[in-house]
Amino acid sequence: MMLPRRQLVLVAACAVVPRAVATPAEVGALIQALVGDAPLKDGLIHLDLPVMVENGNSVAMSVSVADPPSPVESIHVFAEGNPLPRVAVFRFGPRSGAPRVATRMRLATSQTVIAIARLRDGTCWRDSVDLLVTLAACIE
Amino acid sequence: MVRVLINVPKQMTAKEPFDVKVLISHPMESGQRRDQLGQTIPRDIINHFMCTLDGETVLEAEFFPAIAANPFLSFSVVAEKSGTLALTFTDDHGVTQTETAAITLT
Repeated sequence: MMLPRRQLVLVAACAVVPRAVATPAEVGALIQALVGDAPLKDGLIHLDLPVMVENGNSVAMSVSVADPPSPVESIHVFAEGNPLPRVAVFRFGPRSGAPRVATRMRLATSQTVIAIARLRDGTCWRDSVDLLVTLAACIE
Repeated sequence: MVRVLINVPKQMTAKEPFDVKVLISHPMESGQRRDQLGQTIPRDIINHFMCTLDGETVLEAEFFPAIAANPFLSFSVVAEKSGTLALTFTDDHGVTQTETAAITLT
């Protein structure tokens, strides 16, 4: 009936400590919600990030779609190892010259960053970058 | 509210895409950090960005705390005639700020 004390301590510790980072499963669920039952393929979209990051506080990121078969509706960026997995959503309008954007992001730890492009024809394309972070973005 | 730098090319031609660069001076407080007393510093970020050219959408962006402080953004625009580029930012307090840049085609 009674839990052994050691187990009890472990359970209590798990309950109190908040989760510091998102998990790949969480990101997977977000992507699933975004893509729905549309086909998700690798390629077409290109996510450009350095593989070795010295300072996670500001990392140059650019994402582009080369010669899309139909106009790009939106680009979504996710970071698996950040406290909050969503990074940014970009929606392109009729006056957009090319489906490409560049910005600077924070990285809390070494992780995989994923970009998803959603096209007007309903297809979704994916690219990811595995990177190493030396100095993490400050969460202290 | 915030200081914004907008860079558009000097020479632009119709139907030829050109890049616009934007630098916003904003702390983008993530809401994840704590101060010396252990209190969470409240989140304060620019969460929405909208760029239009004479009312037609160029780019709409949603930002999350993973965007670095003093956000930089570069994107592509295509114009058919001279006009005004309007960039609107919305922060966590619901305050919006609009900056404009003239697009003059040669």
